[in-house]
Amino acid sequence: MSERVAAQAMERLAVRKTYKLFIGGAFPRSESGRSYVVTSSKGEFLANASKASRKDARDAVSAARKAFPGWSGATAYNRGQILYRVAEMLEGRRAQFVAEVVDADGVSAKKAAELVDAAVDRLVWYAGWSDKIGAIQGSANPVAGPYFNLSSPEPTGVVAVVAPPMGPLLGLVSVIAPVIVTGNTCVVVASERAPLPSITLAEVLATSDLPGGVVNILTGSAAEIAPWLAGHMDVNAIDLTGADAELAVTCEELAAENLKRVLRPPAAKVDWLADPGTGRMTAFLETKTVWHPIGT
Amino acid sequence: MTTPLAEVASSASTLRAFLHGLPGVDRVGADARAAMLATRSIKTTAKKQAIDLAISMVDLTTLEGADTPGKVRAMCAKAMQPDPMDPSVPAVAAVCVYPDLVATAVQALAGSGVKVASVATAFPSGRSSLEVKVTETALAVAAGAAEIDMVIDRGAFLAGDHVKVFEEIAAVKAACGQSHLKVILETGELATYDNVRRASWLAMIAGADFIKTSTGKVSPAATLPVTLIMLEAVRDFLSATGRKVGVKPAGGIRTTKDAIKYLVLVNETAGPDWLDPDWFRLGASSLLNDLLMQRQKMATGRYAGPDYFTLD
Repeated sequence: MSERVAAQAMERLAVRKTYKLFIGGAFPRSESGRSYVVTSSKGEFLANASKASRKDARDAVSAARKAFPGWSGATAYNRGQILYRVAEMLEGRRAQFVAEVVDADGVSAKKAAELVDAAVDRLVWYAGWSDKIGAIQGSANPVAGPYFNLSSPEPTGVVAVVAPPMGPLLGLVSVIAPVIVTGNTCVVVASERAPLPSITLAEVLATSDLPGGVVNILTGSAAEIAPWLAGHMDVNAIDLTGADAELAVTCEELAAENLKRVLRPPAAKVDWLADPGTGRMTAFLETKTVWHPIGT
Repeated sequence: MTTPLAEVASSASTLRAFLHGLPGVDRVGADARAAMLATRSIKTTAKKQAIDLAISMVDLTTLEGADTPGKVRAMCAKAMQPDPMDPSVPAVAAVCVYPDLVATAVQALAGSGVKVASVATAFPSGRSSLEVKVTETALAVAAGAAEIDMVIDRGAFLAGDHVKVFEEIAAVKAACGQSHLKVILETGELATYDNVRRASWLAMIAGADFIKTSTGKVSPAATLPVTLIMLEAVRDFLSATGRKVGVKPAGGIRTTKDAIKYLVLVNETAGPDWLDPDWFRLGASSLLNDLLMQRQKMATGRYAGPDYFTLD
């Protein structure tokens, strides 16, 4: 009897984590109550994740719209600081992310560590761009009249992002950071196959001064959710990086109705470790030009 | 109810005895009943019908110090044709403005069938003399208001001076002439559900054609349980006197979901006879855009965005 009690005391029950969605700074379950099984690259059970529905996507768009005035109105310097803070928090959870990337991608621990480090560096890199993008995208235009004529980049608005299915952390960070650094807010459809790093990233975002609603993360089927986002009249742009060819065509057709900006999926396989350039930032910027009379 | 209703207002003591003789409201029960009815799921064709009904019940309201004739005219245009892209959207029931803008609204809405309602009687506080209240009402009626939204003197009601409240309502009703009188109880200031029930009966006995929850200037404004109690009151008043009175929740109703909850409440409490713009109204301004967005979502299958509807 006493041996049995002792054996039970030794055997600690596993604390299973519940992976939920990230909407408006909170972690709700899917409105639909659905979940799905997430397995490692070797097919072992990892966790259950929420399977978002179109209504979760609708709620996420509302949250992103609500967050837009505050986030786009913040100074570029402040946005840069917050992104840098995200990088700090991510660095603090390095070990957890390395383990999750190993599970999701089946890469070695060494390779996973390299990918996580690259994700942190990517955030720092984009954080630096916050108050510099205006210098390369804006201009003082010479005009034939007594005016100062200035063009400056402005955020597009709410951007829907279909995250790449591969590269669950580095790929994800590489599509989110350029969207939000310029002042957009976003709704991200995470990788269906490997959604766990995205929710762990959400935990990082939730604790790093990023206002609620600036980044909203949905897990589930991109084929199910992305068309609703593409057709949504209150979404201003869509990044189809993670969409397959068929889904990309569907989404682009739906996006035409309110003239969304569309970033098409890359033609070739992306090396997320390579220098990203500024293309992902400039894809979601508008140019505002101001004519200001001289001498009055 | 031993005294006939016609006689309860004959003296302060009979009025007080009647109002305090009304059965008390079970607060927990009323809250639970309203919350339970709010869980009804209204989908597809029923939802479509509910949205159109709700649009036709809206009293499109602007009651700001900054209201201009231009803003009122723009609102009237929206009242007549809420969605310029879709002529199948019904017109709203009425527009509700301050008395000095009634003439502007009447002119803008001429021949459309949309009624003009005006607040009066020192809205929203009701703190003025009876002469001022009656004169203001008469001016609004003379300017062409088909409906008058008056506020009760909450101070007098809470102090127990029911006769004063009764006589004010009766005097304003007399000044209304042919115009309909809506009596605003301002339930957010009445403190208890029992008071809401008493104020509802008091207003109906004094001649109200509609009882309305709130001015929209006090929080909380309209809530489901308060509307439930008022709907029970109009139902019971009809069976006691044979006279039918309408109900108008106002303030704080912003989404289609909220509006549909009220419609469910009407159907289940007063009955389907009240599901008509003549007997039930929704006082709101931002609600209309949400109704239009939901309507467009159902028609096109894509989520609508606020950028495509007018601000008001």
